[in-house]
Amino acid sequence: MDQNTRFLTETVLRISGVDPRKCMKCGKCSGTCPNYDAMEYHPHQFVSMVENGLIEQLMNSNAVYLCLGCMACVERCPRHVAPGKLVGALAQLKLRKQDGNHKGGNDIAAMADEKVPQQLLMAAMRKYRK
Amino acid sequence: MIYSYYPGCTLKDRARQLDLYARASAAALGLELKELTQWQCCGAVYPAASDDIASRLSAVRALMNTEEKKLVTMCSACHHVLKRTNFDWKQDATFRTRATNYLQPEVPYDGSVEVVHFLELLRDEIGFDELKKKVVNPLTGRKIGAFYGCLLLRPSKVLSFDDPENPTIMENFIRALGAEPVSYPYRNECCGAYVAMEDQKSAQTQVERALNSAVAAGCEELITACPLCMYNLVENATVHRLPVKYFTELLAEALGVKEA
Ligand code: SF4
Ligand code: SF4
Ligand code: SF4
Ligand code: SF4
Repeated sequence: MDQNTRFLTETVLRISGVDPRKCMKCGKCSGTCPNYDAMEYHPHQFVSMVENGLIEQLMNSNAVYLCLGCMACVERCPRHVAPGKLVGALAQLKLRKQDGNHKGGNDIAAMADEKVPQQLLMAAMRKYRK
Repeated sequence: MIYSYYPGCTLKDRARQLDLYARASAAALGLELKELTQWQCCGAVYPAASDDIASRLSAVRALMNTEEKKLVTMCSACHHVLKRTNFDWKQDATFRTRATNYLQPEVPYDGSVEVVHFLELLRDEIGFDELKKKVVNPLTGRKIGAFYGCLLLRPSKVLSFDDPENPTIMENFIRALGAEPVSYPYRNECCGAYVAMEDQKSAQTQVERALNSAVAAGCEELITACPLCMYNLVENATVHRLPVKYFTELLAEALGVKEA
């Protein structure tokens, strides 16, 4: 693992509180993930790829923004690995890079129709930009 | 009994009915919901990074401004953010220290407030048997399903709201109002959440799965506690459709205060 990969890996494990070594690779997280089909990488892959030094590959994927944050995989993981926390933390790491915003405030406003609740606008602001 | 109340920003606008019917119902039940004199938007999402202190500060401010022992919330998302932040306050000394250093409050928050959802209040303080006695317009013959979504139930260890895989609180609520609760498999799955805005197809897939499951089980209408679930269930419905109401509207109807 080079220095940058090691730094990113350590950071994401620290801020997510996830320990990939606890995973027993049962696949239950991916089995329960409601957005499995849309995501390039699936919850169990997030766990194993971070462990195997492939964090940059995950960070370059749009999959982090397709996670619904529903916590189904967090609740149902029999080993309390909670892959969804890792996905969420990776999205945050992406946003923290220079010019790392996924969407700007104007982009978010442009996506909203007149029925969108404030809650959704706020959530997008939190999830897509720093 | 008097409770402090945090309505949240969506309840002041798009989800007005969620708030208005809650207030009317609370009054009919003899509960006083006292809105916090000062509050800000909770931010709608609980932060994904444990070193993110700033995103939890408005929730801390709400907890600090709570005068009564209990802080009542109505929106699933507000409830989620406030309850989890309150939990962190008690469990995470680093968060507590950093937030306190930043806010420099005259009196530091002592962690003593209890965050409760209005449904929990109805279950645990009024009791569904008592609630049933206060019903003047029983909703007889209506087949109603509850859509729990995610934020009310998970993570269950922190929210301790109900059994995360087989919740019953809303079904018992529906039964107390005289209607017939209908349980269906996808009631505790996600509606598509905030991803609806960037990727509508994702939300449509989740919503169709939930509505298909609800219709198959015999639901004729649905209730929710979340403005975002409401939006997705109505606006992102494709094949199946059902009328969706806030749980407080149903309550106000049964208590005879809907038109008041
Ligand atoms: S459910 Fe938990 S243990 Fe099973 S593969 Fe997913 S992360 Fe690993
Ligand atoms: S939290 Fe994200 S990764 Fe986990 S099940 Fe939900 S959508 Fe899938
Ligand atoms: S969840 Fe929404 S409505 Fe409720 S306070 Fe937070 S942002 Fe405002
Ligand atoms: S809108 Fe649905 S997905 Fe979103 S918070 Fe409410 S329950 Fe969960």
